Amino acid sequence: METRSSSGLDQFCSLLVERPGLTLLDLAGASQSTVAFITNLGHRIYSDDLLLQMDRCFGDGDFYENQSDSQKVAQFLDTALDYPAQHFDGALVWDTLEFLSGPLLETVVRRLNHMLRPGSYLLALFHAEERAETIPTYSYRILDRKAITLAPRGRRRPAQFFNNRSLEKLFSDFESVKFFLTRDHLREVIVRR
Amino acid sequence: MWNRRKEEEQPPAPKPVAAQPPAAQPARPQPAKEGIPMSTVPSRPTESFDAPRTGNAVLGKSVIVKGQILSREDLTIDGEVEGTIEMQEHRLTVGPNGKVRASVKAREVIVLGTLHGNVETGDRIDIRKEAKLVGDIRTARIVIEDGAYFKGNVDIVRAEVPKPAATAATTSASAPRPQTPATSPAVSPASAGPAMAAGVGEIKR
Repeated sequence: METRSSSGLDQFCSLLVERPGLTLLDLAGASQSTVAFITNLGHRIYSDDLLLQMDRCFGDGDFYENQSDSQKVAQFLDTALDYPAQHFDGALVWDTLEFLSGPLLETVVRRLNHMLRPGSYLLALFHAEERAETIPTYSYRILDRKAITLAPRGRRRPAQFFNNRSLEKLFSDFESVKFFLTRDHLREVIVRR
Repeated sequence: MWNRRKEEEQPPAPKPVAAQPPAAQPARPQPAKEGIPMSTVPSRPTESFDAPRTGNAVLGKSVIVKGQILSREDLTIDGEVEGTIEMQEHRLTVGPNGKVRASVKAREVIVLGTLHGNVETGDRIDIRKEAKLVGDIRTARIVIEDGAYFKGNVDIVRAEVPKPAATAATTSASAPRPQTPATSPAVSPASAGPAMAAGVGEIKR
């Protein structure tokens, strides 16, 4: 496990200290440290493991080809992202969006937009190494406001790579997009709903 | 004649017969000298009394229960349960083979198997490695081991704590860098992995 600092998380946490009693979505899978961090600030956390849900729905066969199977997509959206409108005050999406192919990615981002309250933040991470065939995947855990722990989960082929422009386009329905490019070729993106 | 002879021969016989019980007794516990030892009382009664003494009821692997469970003692479920479980003063353990589809209210819940349903605990919930829990949790404390799967909401209910602890909690909440005791196992990056895997970290309210 490695630990790294995160400016994106710091920005995300500025929302958490402003108001108590928020409801946050964490899609990295439940971890003791994240649950402890969020709940100690007086918030509620909703945990799920989106990568695991993807594997369950699309893992049998070609991962990305399956993402265009309407039945599987419907099942995925129902099991992984079926939340009421404006239910969350913030979402920690981490690097999960990198493993969704075009049309499904857009659908998922629309869902996230639908689930978040206006003024809330979404934190997502995107690898910036465009030539890499596979990228490492992690289970992200919040250590403190500015630091995360990365528990390795193997490597995966991303669906696509993003630059600032494509990310702006992806989150065009949101109010603002802010980027932090880190030394380790990771683009941290804070999106405001 | 035969009979008579046998009857006549019988009197000396008691010796070996009388000698038999002591020979059989070593397998039994102490009461041998009391004279009652000839009775072959099965040892079941003492075993069945042992279970209540431990205060832990067990639903074994092959048991399936559908309905409402109200328990006044700790309960371990290693079978299947569907319905509701209420044991507000006691501990529920869902064993590694346990499959529970129920709303649960207990003082403490330990999950090693599968639990689908909302859980409310007065004290704590412990989701162990390889456990699967899908449902919303309301609890005072939660422990999630590495490798556990959890999908749902965690709502930490503030227990009635003495004032000093409460003030400590508020200061940690308002502090910009809450290096709280709850996250203490993860404070050292090097030790974060094993400590988490062991499920040491705990939310303290």
